[in-house]
Amino acid sequence: MGKFDVLVIGGGVVGSAIARELSRYRLTIGVLEKNLDVCYETSGRNSGVVHGGFAYDTGTLKAKLCVEGNRGMGQLSEELGFAFKRCGKVLVGKTAEDFEQLKRTIAQGERNGATNLRLLNKQELHDLIPTAVGEFAMFSENSGIVDPFGCTVALAENAAQNGVTYFFDNEVTAIERGKDDWKITTNHGTYETRWVINSAGLGCGKISDMLGIKGYHVIGSKGDYIILDQRMGELLPMPIYPVPSNTYMGIHVTNTTDGNVIIGPNAETVTDFSYYGVPQRNMDYLAESASEIWPYIKKADYIRNYSGILPKWVDDNGVIQDFKIEIRPELAPNAVNLVGMESPALTAAVPIGRMVVGMIKEYETLEENPSFDPHRKGIIRFSEQDDETKAKLIAEDPDYGELICRCEKVTKAEILQAIHNPLGVHTMVGIKYRTRSMMGRCQGGYCQMRIAKMIEEELGVKPEDIRYARKNSWVFTGEVRKEEA
Amino acid sequence: MEKRDVVIVGGGPAGLAAAAELYRKGVKDVLIVEREKTMGGILRQCIHDGFGLTRFGTTLSGPEYAQRFIDEVKEYGIPYMVNATVLNVSPDKVVTVATTEGLRKIQAKAVILTMGCRERTRGALGIPGERPAGVFTAGVAQAYMNLYNRMIGKEVVILGSGDIGMIMARRLTLEGAHVQAVFEIQPIPSGLPRNIEQCLNDYNIPLYLSHTITEIHGNERVTGVTVSEVDEHMKPIPGTEKDYACDTVILSVGLIPENELSIDAGVVLDPRTRGAVVDEYFQTEKEGFFAAGNVLHVHDLVDFVSLEAEKLADGVAKYVAEGVLPECPITIRTDKSVNHTVPQKISGKQDVNVSLRVNRKFENCTVVLKQGGTVIAKKAMKKALPAEMIQIPLKKDALVGTEEIEVSVVC
Repeated sequence: MGKFDVLVIGGGVVGSAIARELSRYRLTIGVLEKNLDVCYETSGRNSGVVHGGFAYDTGTLKAKLCVEGNRGMGQLSEELGFAFKRCGKVLVGKTAEDFEQLKRTIAQGERNGATNLRLLNKQELHDLIPTAVGEFAMFSENSGIVDPFGCTVALAENAAQNGVTYFFDNEVTAIERGKDDWKITTNHGTYETRWVINSAGLGCGKISDMLGIKGYHVIGSKGDYIILDQRMGELLPMPIYPVPSNTYMGIHVTNTTDGNVIIGPNAETVTDFSYYGVPQRNMDYLAESASEIWPYIKKADYIRNYSGILPKWVDDNGVIQDFKIEIRPELAPNAVNLVGMESPALTAAVPIGRMVVGMIKEYETLEENPSFDPHRKGIIRFSEQDDETKAKLIAEDPDYGELICRCEKVTKAEILQAIHNPLGVHTMVGIKYRTRSMMGRCQGGYCQMRIAKMIEEELGVKPEDIRYARKNSWVFTGEVRKEEA
Repeated sequence: MEKRDVVIVGGGPAGLAAAAELYRKGVKDVLIVEREKTMGGILRQCIHDGFGLTRFGTTLSGPEYAQRFIDEVKEYGIPYMVNATVLNVSPDKVVTVATTEGLRKIQAKAVILTMGCRERTRGALGIPGERPAGVFTAGVAQAYMNLYNRMIGKEVVILGSGDIGMIMARRLTLEGAHVQAVFEIQPIPSGLPRNIEQCLNDYNIPLYLSHTITEIHGNERVTGVTVSEVDEHMKPIPGTEKDYACDTVILSVGLIPENELSIDAGVVLDPRTRGAVVDEYFQTEKEGFFAAGNVLHVHDLVDFVSLEAEKLADGVAKYVAEGVLPECPITIRTDKSVNHTVPQKISGKQDVNVSLRVNRKFENCTVVLKQGGTVIAKKAMKKALPAEMIQIPLKKDALVGTEEIEVSVVC
């Protein structure tokens, strides 16, 4: 199945950021992803918050890489064309104990190198966010929100444009150390590579074991979320969090880059990393709990729910550990092993990528790739343009004048660009992530038929081969009636 | 800027009927804006019959019913645009339309809002469980099968006894799928009795009242659902869970008037209907904006949509001619037996038809309209169901002053 200099296992935000950083050098790089697209697991199932770096113990990789990632997010979003807003965030408190905890959090943040952290009194909090409930708050001006799909897809597409090959539907089943290379077997065959990177997210423990680095205990922390209608976004200029404990951020309300509001997550320890169901009691609990800090949650505004699972590496006492990013030459030469890449890995993805490259450089000299281009032109969103630009877009490409998704006002031109995406993804959810079609209040009631038909026509896919998201997520059994000859 | 007396947003049954009636009343500077490739709205996918009994005295399929109005519009030469999506209607009635030829802005004297409705989704209901492929709203299933010739599954469970859900139960059965059951959370069906007979009973499809889906299973495609019985507060009763293996779930759990454009234009909505508050001229609280059909309140039969839109044309014609409509100071209030009325306000200067829906099932009852203590209109009914729209004529001579009117059901 081909020979590579580096194979990255896992095409999430971390794997894609590593692949993109590696593509700055003359290397043959592949990414093995078990799903049909990037971002199907933890990278796409989270709060989308760009963290400030104050919540982690000083001296940890989480603290260091998060602060770095936060600092670089503005430039990254400009280079890659994904949505990012440095809107700030608050942690609201009520009790004297909360107040002390917030003071400690600020002190820790400052030690970590996080800047622009300050306490607000009740009036200042109210002036900043009239809808927030709290006696006082901590304000992190540098925090922000990002479109997690947009960010991951952008990193992956830019990596692909710089020569990285993505192999979807490739789940690693065995890893074998050859004489001076690795043989990595998936459901589609065996790939040979000099270097292997374990950025398998929820599968990190399994892959680590396969590499011969045994013993990491990885648990899942599952969190459920509710998404509210875009009209509610007007009432939330930035995320509102409760005062955190050491291990858990608490149920928060977050604005999204698209103007929705998300509520969550709770935190349940799970061992099944494939179950993403949301139970009724959790939805009720989320709404009740978040109403204490933002009392505007009504069932009439629900448009969807989802959940995500964070891979947490714990020690024998169950204590959550820092990110582990290591090369263990005695056990697994030429392998970079990443374990427990949970929050804040979305914020920290690019610094993680740079760190991985730095570690490889300790073993060999990497030659720069002169044609590397850090820029990626994303899909221009019609709905975000002023009338003059809209008219110009239609004049240049009449498909911009044909609306396919009514809620998010996504045009045919955008859907076509998404169908012909650089990664070759052709699931319906792939189109959704790239354009926001089917994500609005009607949840695809108006546009999904058109999109399915466009996938069939543009890519020559048979109806029964259309996939919603995952491998066996068929949408149609076929045609209702065959056309008469 | 391009100017029009009237811009009609949406070329479905309401928009078409309004346009044709306006023409007959002499209002000809009208433009219909339709986002689909052809006019007709949701009727295009309703290939079953049963339309037109009230309006035409004969039974037609959805496309046939729509075609009668489309033919009229074309015969009259009323201007229309298809493949044209209204992006925005400003409070001062500038309509911005996206077309493949460019962005078009039209200044209207009057705007008619006839955008119809959308379906309530799984996410809006918050049905617990996983999110596999194979969960369709009934209208999406209908569009896939009837407009796109795509078969959507083999083993089907339906949640909600809305009319489209029942019609799809029959349609899926006729195309070889196995529909196991219809589950309805309410103690009474939400769709019309005739659809229960013709779409469920005729095909031996069981309808379970006071039941709901409490979990959807499947990581890729639907593999099954868990169904529970509910108590009188519609809360699932623990211990009553039953699993059904299926690959498809159809939702027919309600329709929501599609008022996004109306809200941005400054039109005030009635939380009970989720449509605009209107007076007897079908003018909203925002002057010059009119609404009729399912964007105003969800109807049971399209015939009433057409009739309502034709009535709206009276008001719009008067508004275009005179620039103003009489005040409507008399409000209509409902007690808890009645969900809502349309209109919500009247002038008292002409006879009107009051449309309403009851909140629960009543037998041998009378719907009564009162002003102060005086009964001003009533309608005796053997049976009143929330599924059916009730219409009551109200004579102007019966009114006693401008006090508010109260509507209630008495048994």
